[in-house]
Amino acid sequence: MDAVEGMSAVTGPNAGAGMLDRRNPPGLFNRLYGKTGWSLFFAGLAVTCALVPLLNLIVPEGSFLHLPDYWVALLGKIMCYAILALAMDLVWGYTGILSLGHGIFFALGGYAFGMYLMRQIGHDGSYHSDLPDFMVFLDWKAYPWYWKFTNHIAYVLLLVVLAPAVLALTFGFFAFRSRIKGVYFSIITQAMTVAFMLLFFRNETGFGGNNGFTDFKRILGHPIATAGTRMILFMTTALVLLGLMLVLRYIVTSKFGRILMAIRDAEGRIMFTGYNPLIYKLAIWTFSAMIAGVAGALYVPQIGIINPGEMSPGNSIEIAIWTAVGGRGTLVGALIGAVIVNGAKSWFTQAFPDYWLYFLGALFIMTTLFLPKGVMGLIDKWKVRT
Amino acid sequence: MSAGGKSPAVDVGGSSTFGHLMPPSGELDASHGVVLYLEDVTVSFDGFRALNKLSFSVDVGELRCIIGPNGAGKTTMMDVITGKTRPQSGKVFFGQTMDLTKMREPEISQTGIGRKFQKPTVFEQHSVFDNLELAIKADRGIWHSLFAKLSGEQMDRIDEILETVQLQEMADLRAGLLSHGQKQWLEIGMLLAQEPKLLLLDEPVAGMTDHETVRTAELLKTLEGKHSIVVVEHDMDFVGSIARKVTVLHEGSVLAEGTMDKIQKDEKVIEVYLGR
Repeated sequence: MDAVEGMSAVTGPNAGAGMLDRRNPPGLFNRLYGKTGWSLFFAGLAVTCALVPLLNLIVPEGSFLHLPDYWVALLGKIMCYAILALAMDLVWGYTGILSLGHGIFFALGGYAFGMYLMRQIGHDGSYHSDLPDFMVFLDWKAYPWYWKFTNHIAYVLLLVVLAPAVLALTFGFFAFRSRIKGVYFSIITQAMTVAFMLLFFRNETGFGGNNGFTDFKRILGHPIATAGTRMILFMTTALVLLGLMLVLRYIVTSKFGRILMAIRDAEGRIMFTGYNPLIYKLAIWTFSAMIAGVAGALYVPQIGIINPGEMSPGNSIEIAIWTAVGGRGTLVGALIGAVIVNGAKSWFTQAFPDYWLYFLGALFIMTTLFLPKGVMGLIDKWKVRT
Repeated sequence: MSAGGKSPAVDVGGSSTFGHLMPPSGELDASHGVVLYLEDVTVSFDGFRALNKLSFSVDVGELRCIIGPNGAGKTTMMDVITGKTRPQSGKVFFGQTMDLTKMREPEISQTGIGRKFQKPTVFEQHSVFDNLELAIKADRGIWHSLFAKLSGEQMDRIDEILETVQLQEMADLRAGLLSHGQKQWLEIGMLLAQEPKLLLLDEPVAGMTDHETVRTAELLKTLEGKHSIVVVEHDMDFVGSIARKVTVLHEGSVLAEGTMDKIQKDEKVIEVYLGR
């Protein structure tokens, strides 16, 4: 934890002192986060890349300090959701585009990576065929064309971001060019994810129908269900999440980010100031879809299944709820919201399985009524008071 | 652009979606001394003719006031000039060469036409300084904005504008916290930051106190000559204090044009607008 102290010494008090010294803007390091922010960042790095592996792998199972596998899996899953929430915050919190279909981008990333995992099963399926079980079941003799090259990890990693990007670009282009906004846009995104869900439910689509992909055996040739593989996936997810907390923070503190917020607040003005909102919206929308795709790709090997249920409208709406609960337009809020809601969900669905949806609905209503700025708004208020 | 029955407010053409990626269609050529030229412009909404064969022109460096009763077509005229509304017929030229009916809003803005809305629209969540930063003349592309840093020159320009619109003390304040009049000024400041050749101001003194109105009149007078300015206004005292030439609109076309004195004596104008 040396790093934390070393860094915080560099970070001076960054409160705006009267006429800000704009001619000498803060360096990149100070621009991204203040003292607290960087401390939390490095604490997060230390916990996920040192503490969790230590407590899970090194500390023996009998010890009370041991972190059970269950917790590692749960934390890994929640971090995937947090990445997804960050993607949502970019478009909703910063640009004012409420997507109720982000689940589709998440699922596409998941399916793309799932294709690779299916190829990795090899001959170990129930039918010991070259093809996945569901294709044998359909009496297919060869992989359809869109499965080509999916045995190559490099291609699949590309597909994980490209598939959501192509869909987002196409959909976004027509929607934004037609100047579809607000609730109309949200409804269309919802329709889009439902349409894809129905498509993926069909067996003939070639993605395993309603069962989707499951029973994965290996990843990069290593058995997928070992403690070591699970830890590597967990740490990869943590690093992606923390990396995004830097990249996205850079974006929103740049002029580009200020333009996005200006589009959110007064699109007409930004247009008459000479910016083309179409290009800006399309860029952030597509980038957000790519991030959602990455979240999906990290999710599938840790959870061990992907099916069209991920594209259900409810899932996409939940993403919006996480972001709203945490606080829109803050990035950190989206992360906090995803952790709080999903943490509560995993506890609730065990303790009171029948009441989770009521609780979620109540939480959303309470947030809308009393905490329009979410948990982050609450923290801000508390900061002002002290 | 066909003169079909499409609603002008929606049809903004598809051909130039990425038009802003190309350099603006030529520089402003105002060699004949005319910066803005409208001829026989007609716009109708569901049969109602908001503009009816409207023709007029504005000279380089001129400060022109446009008056007219409600529904005379003043705001629609601004919409046509800035590309928000497409006319069914008629010509709209910026300088000799630029056909504004074929360009989209961001393009038109980039070629040098700045517009202030009737209701002040600034970016309320941004600081006053950031509002001007977004408006300052610079590359409007994505890549540029991702890595943009204000140059010393741009910084000086922003300071200068802050002084012009008397908002130096408010530079760090959220624009949403400004008074109504201050927002109007900030918006004018944002237009100036774009270094436009033509400024369109829709009711710049609406809702201002008398003192603010006087200040705004002074401000506009200092800009006269440097920029061509078109002001749409209801406040006759204000118009009288700044205008050399006034155009009166009525039912979508020009009713009269001339000095304030001449306008005030015009029989037709007295009848439809000034009343009794």
